[in-house]
Amino acid sequence: MRTDWVAHLVLCLGVALFALPLWLVLAGSTQPSAAIARGELSLVPDLGGLGVYADVLRAGGRNDTPVWRMLLVSFGMAMCIAVGKIVISVLSAYAIAFFRWPFRGLAFGVIFLTLMLPVEVRIIPTYSVMAGLGLINTFTGLTLPLIASATATLLFRQVFLAVPDELIEAARMDGAGPLRFLRDILLPVSAANLAALFVILFVYGWNQYLWPLLVATDPSLDTVVIGIVKMIGTETQAEWNKVMATAVLALLPPVAVVLLMQRWFVKGLAESDK
Amino acid sequence: MATLDLHGLTKSFGGTSILAGIDLALADGEMLVIVGASGCGKSTLLRLVAGLEEPTAGRIILGGQDVTRTDPAARDIAMVFQNYALYPHMSVFDNMAYGLRIRGLGRDDIKARVGQAADLLGIGALLDRKPRQLSGGQRQRVAMGRAIVRNPKLFLFDEPLSNLDATLRVQMRAEIRRLQRRLGVTSLYVTHDQVEAMTLGDRLLVLHQGRPVQLATPMEVFARPADTYVAGFIGAPAMNLLPAELLGDRVCLPGGQVVALPSPRHGGPAITLGIRPEHVTLQPGGLPLQVELVEPLGSETLVHGRMPDGTPLLAKLPGAMPVPDRVEVAITPGELHLFDRETGRRLDG
Amino acid sequence: MERRTVFPGRVLPLLLVAPQLLLTAVFFLWPAGQAVWSSTIRQDAFGLRSVFVGVENFTDLFTDPLYRDSIGRTAFFCAAVAGLAISVALLLAVFADREIRGRGWYRTLLIWPYAIAPAVAAVLWLLVLHPQIGLLGRWLNRHGVAWDYKLQSAQAMGVVVLASAWKQVSYNFIFILAGLQSIPRAVTEAARMDGARGWRRFRTITLPLLGPTMAFLLVVNLVYAAFDTFGTIQALTGGGPGKATETLVVKVYRDGVVNLDLGSSSAQSVILMVAVVALTLIQFRFLGRRRAD
Repeated sequence: MRTDWVAHLVLCLGVALFALPLWLVLAGSTQPSAAIARGELSLVPDLGGLGVYADVLRAGGRNDTPVWRMLLVSFGMAMCIAVGKIVISVLSAYAIAFFRWPFRGLAFGVIFLTLMLPVEVRIIPTYSVMAGLGLINTFTGLTLPLIASATATLLFRQVFLAVPDELIEAARMDGAGPLRFLRDILLPVSAANLAALFVILFVYGWNQYLWPLLVATDPSLDTVVIGIVKMIGTETQAEWNKVMATAVLALLPPVAVVLLMQRWFVKGLAESDK
Repeated sequence: MATLDLHGLTKSFGGTSILAGIDLALADGEMLVIVGASGCGKSTLLRLVAGLEEPTAGRIILGGQDVTRTDPAARDIAMVFQNYALYPHMSVFDNMAYGLRIRGLGRDDIKARVGQAADLLGIGALLDRKPRQLSGGQRQRVAMGRAIVRNPKLFLFDEPLSNLDATLRVQMRAEIRRLQRRLGVTSLYVTHDQVEAMTLGDRLLVLHQGRPVQLATPMEVFARPADTYVAGFIGAPAMNLLPAELLGDRVCLPGGQVVALPSPRHGGPAITLGIRPEHVTLQPGGLPLQVELVEPLGSETLVHGRMPDGTPLLAKLPGAMPVPDRVEVAITPGELHLFDRETGRRLDG
Repeated sequence: MERRTVFPGRVLPLLLVAPQLLLTAVFFLWPAGQAVWSSTIRQDAFGLRSVFVGVENFTDLFTDPLYRDSIGRTAFFCAAVAGLAISVALLLAVFADREIRGRGWYRTLLIWPYAIAPAVAAVLWLLVLHPQIGLLGRWLNRHGVAWDYKLQSAQAMGVVVLASAWKQVSYNFIFILAGLQSIPRAVTEAARMDGARGWRRFRTITLPLLGPTMAFLLVVNLVYAAFDTFGTIQALTGGGPGKATETLVVKVYRDGVVNLDLGSSSAQSVILMVAVVALTLIQFRFLGRRRAD
């Protein structure tokens, strides 16, 4: 078989397109901020500058807020959103797919409508609702509104509808009621979908920008993504190496999650319906 | 182990009738095979007995108890599914133990029962494997094992052999029969395969479009089919069904030939004459047959022919022999089946 | 779509679906209702009194040249981002589908960018394109291009389009690759036997079979470009210079949060909501299946 040079070339260019900015940031994080500001950012890392990571974790953000705390907030937010959304969606999808009940169609329609109503479209009214509930500047306020939407419900409904009839019938004959069936059979059988959705939702929660920006004015509730943008601030005062180091730190967890669970993730994403 | 009684079991959906009034009484330990073509309602009947669907009318009495409205789990019935329906994420052991665990049996109890059933079925070495690591035949055994450990009042089999290849099917057929006899559990077995029906059933129930057509032993169904549907369904190759005329003790074939009957029959004159291919024999000077196709099977030879007036006739001749383009055949008079041409029902003398 | 086998019972499903319905009611329906209500109100200059003005906020918006500019700008932005992100992903996916060595590695290296936050993507590109700091930015300035996207509108738009599209390529790549792999090999082989090679086969067989996937991605990309790019734009240009990169969602933020014009921004929110709902319905009604089976 001849080597497909064209394919390799195109793909290498593609990989480079994504790897280069990342490398730039990695390398830049080790260089002194003043040099960067003067325009001397280079692709060669300065191994002596690795200390910036420790600095940043301890006190790198604007007003010297520790980045480790921001990472913690981001992590907590991502986990809550991922787990919360999965739990709620599994229950709803189960109710819709496996039972017949009055107003089922209506309930599904309502949930479905929220499918593509991203938070950006309802920011201000949601903000006032949160204010009314006293949830501004709270961790709950950060996570709760992002748990409600329908994407996961739709995906699970799709998966649940495709489960072979005989599996349920066998379970019923064995004596399993609906909840036992859910726990013992449906969830294990859908494990790959659960994993994929976890990846998607974790990344989604971690990468939020607009909502946390609005809801949290207390810097102790800053996510790392918000922290980075604040650090850039007016640019003239930005400590670029710290900004870059924080960016790398902000990238690590979601990228790690995607890479570790890549196989399930790709399967789940490609098989998900909108 | 128990008796099963069905009284007027009916199922209709929307405006369509799927099952029309089934009455049945199974003796304790009896294996009844429900047979019919696709869509005849046999699976529905099974599911009604299982409790997976609700009847529109009628009652189901199991072991003296009315279970018509009882939940499947509470009926103490075990079912073997066509596609095995094994839990893919559980080991063979867990698959078999699941129902017992739900019922609250102790670990030792479960282990003993599963072990016994596994030995009975010869799958003791597979207990730790997952379904995807098993062959079709092995999966089918696990499915049966799952039913056996429950020690239920009734076994239900939903075309369990249709997904197996031919050789395996023959083997498993015999095993199922042996097992059922040995365990003595009352069983309902659904199939569209008439060979399975003949070999497995103590009695057969032939269904046609939701209606019971004949309920009798296999030999009775074979020797005296109740109507043309049963006649054409049981026995392979299918019985020849020819339009004919009945005149007292004589039958006039379409080509004009006359066959004498051992005794006069009532009915007619328009009848359908049934004759099984194996009862069509070579006879010099008999009915002329134009041979269209010869299928040598080795142990037999199938001859597809046409009678002088064009009506097709299939003969099954013993052994292997060369067959010329024209043959002369005779029909054994004692093996004639007469049916009313309009209703299709059997005419008895 | 329905299941044939279901469980009996009515109370249990209602209990199971209640949490989501509750959250939906509190965080979608109530705010949506509030937005609709607020969109019919105008506050006076001090924010002290509110007057019911019916659809005036809406008519004002549609007659406001600034708003209309914003719509046009957003349309351009969305089309550019979607077009760029989908074509690059298509190119990469087609080559990644081929039987070459290291296929798995290429795929992994093209999938990881999915995890990048839009805002972080902006930061990355800022560090590449910044006129004084960025590698590429400096290079451009050194070679005679007056590169400063902070001042030049067209450059600003280019930069945000670039950063936004770049972030989205991974997502599209995954879907297109899956779509390519779902084309039965027998079909491609039959085409080859029929004599269709390379570009022709791609144009007449592969692309049409990818149709549902592409349609789906188009809608998703448009919605992404319209809404999820807020972080990217904010971090790179803040919507500027002036209004050069002020898309509709940025405008909602500016008018509502920065300028505190509740009536107008609510009306804008309502308009966006209607647009999204309409898009969703269109996607489901007419573009139903995502795969070519």
